[in-house]
Amino acid sequence: MKKKQLVMIGNGMAGVRVIEEILKMDREQYKITIFGNEPHPNYNRIQLSNVLQGNTTFEETIINDLQWYESNEIQLFTGEEVTQINTDEQYVISDIGRQVSYDELILATGSLPFILPIPGADKKGVIGFRDIKDCVEMIQTSKKYKKAAVIGGGLLGLEAAKGLIHLGMKVDVVHLMEHLMERQLDAVASNMLKAELETQGMNFLMEKATVELIGTDRVEGIRFKDGTEAKADLIVMAAGIKPNVKLASESGIYVNRGIVVNDFMETNVPHVYAVGECAEHREVVYGLVAPLYEQGKVLAKTLCGQKENGYKGSITGTQLKVSDIDLFSAGEIYDDPTSKSIVVHNEYEGIYKKVLIRNDRIVGIVLYGDTKDSNRLYRMLTEKQDVSESTTISFLQSGEAVESNDIASMPNDEVVCGCNGISKETIVQAIKEEGVSTVEQVGGCTNAGRSCGRCKPVIQEIIAYTLGDEFTHAAEKKTVCGCTSLSRDEVVAEIQVKGLTTIKEVMNVLEWKTDEGCSKCRPALNYFLGMVHPAYVDDRDSRLVNEKMHANIQKDGTYSVIPRMYGGVTTAKDLRKLADVAEKYDVQLLKITGGQRIGLYGLEKDQLPAVWEELGMPSGYAYGKTLRTVKTCVGAQFCRFGTQDSMSLGIELEKRFERLDTPHKVKMGVSACPRNCAEAGIKDVGIVGLDGGWEIYVAGNGGTDLRAGDLLCKVKTEEEIYEITGAFLQYYREAALYLERTSTWIERVGLDHVKDVLANEKKRKELNERLNATLARYEEPWARAIEEPAIREAYYRKRELVK
Amino acid sequence: MMISNGVRVNLCTYDQLPVKIGQVFVVDHEEIAVFRLTNGDIRAIENKSPHPKGGRLADGLVSGDFVYCPIHDWIISLVDGKVQAPDRGHVKTYQVEVNGDQVFLVV
Repeated sequence: MKKKQLVMIGNGMAGVRVIEEILKMDREQYKITIFGNEPHPNYNRIQLSNVLQGNTTFEETIINDLQWYESNEIQLFTGEEVTQINTDEQYVISDIGRQVSYDELILATGSLPFILPIPGADKKGVIGFRDIKDCVEMIQTSKKYKKAAVIGGGLLGLEAAKGLIHLGMKVDVVHLMEHLMERQLDAVASNMLKAELETQGMNFLMEKATVELIGTDRVEGIRFKDGTEAKADLIVMAAGIKPNVKLASESGIYVNRGIVVNDFMETNVPHVYAVGECAEHREVVYGLVAPLYEQGKVLAKTLCGQKENGYKGSITGTQLKVSDIDLFSAGEIYDDPTSKSIVVHNEYEGIYKKVLIRNDRIVGIVLYGDTKDSNRLYRMLTEKQDVSESTTISFLQSGEAVESNDIASMPNDEVVCGCNGISKETIVQAIKEEGVSTVEQVGGCTNAGRSCGRCKPVIQEIIAYTLGDEFTHAAEKKTVCGCTSLSRDEVVAEIQVKGLTTIKEVMNVLEWKTDEGCSKCRPALNYFLGMVHPAYVDDRDSRLVNEKMHANIQKDGTYSVIPRMYGGVTTAKDLRKLADVAEKYDVQLLKITGGQRIGLYGLEKDQLPAVWEELGMPSGYAYGKTLRTVKTCVGAQFCRFGTQDSMSLGIELEKRFERLDTPHKVKMGVSACPRNCAEAGIKDVGIVGLDGGWEIYVAGNGGTDLRAGDLLCKVKTEEEIYEITGAFLQYYREAALYLERTSTWIERVGLDHVKDVLANEKKRKELNERLNATLARYEEPWARAIEEPAIREAYYRKRELVK
Repeated sequence: MMISNGVRVNLCTYDQLPVKIGQVFVVDHEEIAVFRLTNGDIRAIENKSPHPKGGRLADGLVSGDFVYCPIHDWIISLVDGKVQAPDRGHVKTYQVEVNGDQVFLVV
């Protein structure tokens, strides 16, 4: 059967959702063509403010990438606008003259920012806040100009203002009304919000009507009705949106405020449908994603011949997040003589909750600062539950205990992810049937939590509730991975007690659930065995890629080569060699790394052995769970402040402890004086020189677990430093979880505990003995690869079979 | 040499394929990762991760019939090329024939 032609004008969230739903129901019926006037695939407009605030990238907002269109055989024309619809002969024409016939046509043209019709609104520097283009303009403007004004104190305006502040601009928010977000918040909540946003740097010009934008070519300021003015190099109009209906109305399709549709999303013209922000249903135009997705489902059914109940309109609660403040509102906002309200106002913690009640039924909800109750209250509102039985104000205070019951008592069909219309039942089903156990995984199977992300905490609770004991069990007892029910400590103890010496043996004896483990347990077991047995023969193929290859894999599958440069000290000869090799192999990048050395980036794996051989330098282990670098300052050899020889000490430490396998990477630093140019305070082991001695800091971290190191002790001699450092490293090796940095480890076991262990001289000696026995087993890996053809063959060869 | 559909290409001898270490063969400009599993089977897949951000698969950790994508830790079946839940996707698989001690790829 020949496929019918389905054409969609608009490539936004609501429209593409229709297509997704159609593909789910029937892949064979339509050949699909989409026109989008933006030069992008479908992206998540809701996240644009996060892009401005630097929390996410444009790339990450893409919902359907180009490959999705391709693999579903959808013809996509981006950056192309449809300018004409011929509804008699059923074809559309685009701005470049492309003519496409349709059997069915969807209008999903979205909306446009409402630009105030005032003099000067057409000047340069006046924009809306709607798409990626607007964001780009804001970002670029912020580099040249300093002062912005946002017109509109609603959600959109506040998000734009927050983004502009993040971009370093000074921002005035101009609002016509007395209160911000007056359609969602009452006066109290609105004032709390305003006060909070003021502390974040927003300046508000309230009850100001804008009458003119002043400036020459580019906008320079705003003039208000009361005669006052404000300077601004950028104006963001966020006073509202209007449905984009121009094309529809020019094409003879019936338009009121939006394109008018019936319950099946059909317009008055046969074979033409409208969905999303451009559509008007029962005199309502929706702007939130949840009802638009609901419309999308209905339209998809209509187009697949399943016209059943149709769309009945949506009542929506608005769950919002403005500048990290949680807000929720639904129903009526303001009290009137026929309503009574229950109010909790906790000024101290910045929480405000109001429930409006009329005739024993909830008719309105406003929550500020804490929206955990929103689902429950909203359900009571929509189901018109009688609340006269609920004594006092208990239903405004869901304590911890009530909260877990919440999930139990939540009806199966209750929608958890409003944006995507995903019910509790669907999520529970995914957890049970697909075996998923994290919020991200649930999103992967169901789409829940993938739009605005506000429902993620509830999804987390549903996971905990559904997995029950299994989950709490897993939370209490951290198993090595899903392949075993044993914890790290249990596995290590079994290895010691039963004398297990290989990974295979461990898996057999300890009844592993998988034959050959996974990417979590194999590297961990390999580490544990090497930690317990100093003479252990490493299982290279159980290491993750970087350690297996002795090079860092890059995102394109090429590798980097970073040789040792002990203490960050080099020679002219070595530099020349690095330069020669870099030139010869035409490396993509030559960079000073964060660890005071030089990296060659972008080498193919079959080039690695030759590069190593020509460099003739030892591996810097920039890829390993091992000692990375010892950063040093110039120290007493040259520096006029230096009290100690930091470079020599650093080099010696690096030579003593290099190659040692540790639970996670270890970085060290040595500074010659408390000015601490080597940043020893954020290293796993940091040494600071004093007049006549040294301080040893441990468990500092400059990365993910940013943490200042703790002073472990003060010592007089370098020998003591080696002894203490060795004992600390070995104790960390023996006691920490695999992949646990010293910073998180010490937080877990306590500094005092580690101090106690290291204070015992006998223990220190034993730790150092075990450490030295282990250090004796290592060989230089690059030299080994050069010497042994079998290693080169197995790991670094690429065979070309066709020239 | 031109390679067309259904042609068998001699890769190497069976013993030249080490267990659990992916080998890269470039056939007609296309990289193919070939794995010898612990059970002795030889499996061949396209050396390209189906993750949206790409990457290569040959250097991944091999366990049973699966390879773990070295960059994104996706689990990919070496038998049918299917990405395991919760991730989704598919890599191209190739038919492999072992004839005596020689290994052939059918392209």
